[in-house]
Amino acid sequence: MEWLYMHMPISGVELFWPGLIILGLGVGIIGGFFGLGGAWMVTPGLNILGFPMAFAIGTDVAQMAGKSLISTMRHGKFGNVDYILGITMLIGTIIGVEIGAQMVMWLERIGSVDKVVRWLYVVLLIVIAWIVFHDVALRKKKEREAQAQNREMDASESGLEWGKRLQAIRVPPMVTFKQAGVHCSMWLPICVSLFTGWLAGILGIGGGLIRMPALVYLVGCPTHLAVGTDLFEVAISGLYGAASYTYKGRTELLAAIIMLCGAAVGAQIGVVATKYVKGYGIRIVFGLAVIGCLISVLLKLLQTELPAIGNILGILATVDVLGFVSLISIYIAWQMISGARAELAAKRAAGK
Amino acid sequence: MKKTRRLWLLLLGLALALPLLVPSLAAAAGGKGAAIAIVADTRGLDGIIAWWAEMYNESHFQFALMTMVIIPVLGCILGFLADIVMTHIGIDLHHRELAEK
Repeated sequence: MEWLYMHMPISGVELFWPGLIILGLGVGIIGGFFGLGGAWMVTPGLNILGFPMAFAIGTDVAQMAGKSLISTMRHGKFGNVDYILGITMLIGTIIGVEIGAQMVMWLERIGSVDKVVRWLYVVLLIVIAWIVFHDVALRKKKEREAQAQNREMDASESGLEWGKRLQAIRVPPMVTFKQAGVHCSMWLPICVSLFTGWLAGILGIGGGLIRMPALVYLVGCPTHLAVGTDLFEVAISGLYGAASYTYKGRTELLAAIIMLCGAAVGAQIGVVATKYVKGYGIRIVFGLAVIGCLISVLLKLLQTELPAIGNILGILATVDVLGFVSLISIYIAWQMISGARAELAAKRAAGK
Repeated sequence: MKKTRRLWLLLLGLALALPLLVPSLAAAAGGKGAAIAIVADTRGLDGIIAWWAEMYNESHFQFALMTMVIIPVLGCILGFLADIVMTHIGIDLHHRELAEK
């Protein structure tokens, strides 16, 4: 079985390469479906495969850039990417990340960076999960009210209307993002991306986990457009991150290339699945993924606090991440397969 | 609805209060990692793998430039190949219904 192991020339470890392909496949599916980079899933996965931590993050960022590019290409063909909105948001993201990074350095000087970062992450994940499920509950309430009044709800209507309220603030220049169907002040996407970029900079994460819901709930993008546009941003920022980590000598490029082969297939499954799942379907599964991430972060926090059971907590955190990734990937793949089968059956029936 | 909101508020409150109640928990990130210089061990490597590792050792800058080129190019090639395979399945890959529910 020696052929199943490959020598990584830079880190010097022998790696089970099919594991890299499976990991790439899983993160490709989830990333393509939600519009995430998925660092919180990949880094522990690479660690389990035997990757030294020093290389895990850089390798993850490198494959993330390629995978997001593949997903963006596919989403673009569906019309799910608003490139103008993506580029506009990139301005705010870059400035925000820089402010966040400077703030981390300032916090390091006063010695409280870990405290702020860890808890900000936990609070942020709780807030995102609350927003998602509160929105779902509100939408259901609206549906019940519409049923009681014997009227049909618009398919594009949301539970939370923050996006519409923010779009109504008319500070010039006003712009229209045709693809996303959003007419708002240019300052809205810039300010939102500045805020999400600042958070990403402080937390040291890619930001897809924050930007996707921000696009939906604050900018007022349809869910599918938010997923595609966010992936466009992840691809660009990921490429910058890959260059930065590689320059610091922390990327095992060969592993990233192998992962990319699995991610290319996974990204197709994830993106095509969005064709068969409505916006709220994506939002609910996204909310569950956020809860999975939250549990793993909490378990890791408790791991150092309770060293007596630290090993068990560490294992639980890994099981949590891999369990969520597997279950969500299987669900998405199932949605894609059943949707494609139904579409092909309908085509055959129409052809007869 | 009210019960759910209360549950969320409780969770958020707990998350905010925990660093105050258990201060050591907040500093769970541990110490800073030691600054290490990583050099690829090229002994025992040959062929393209040896060349690859040598390039990494010689210049991280060149290696970063190569990453900047390889990743997007490979992404485009794999995306293009996947596109061909997906087209053969026979599903419509250019239209989708944009609905929230």
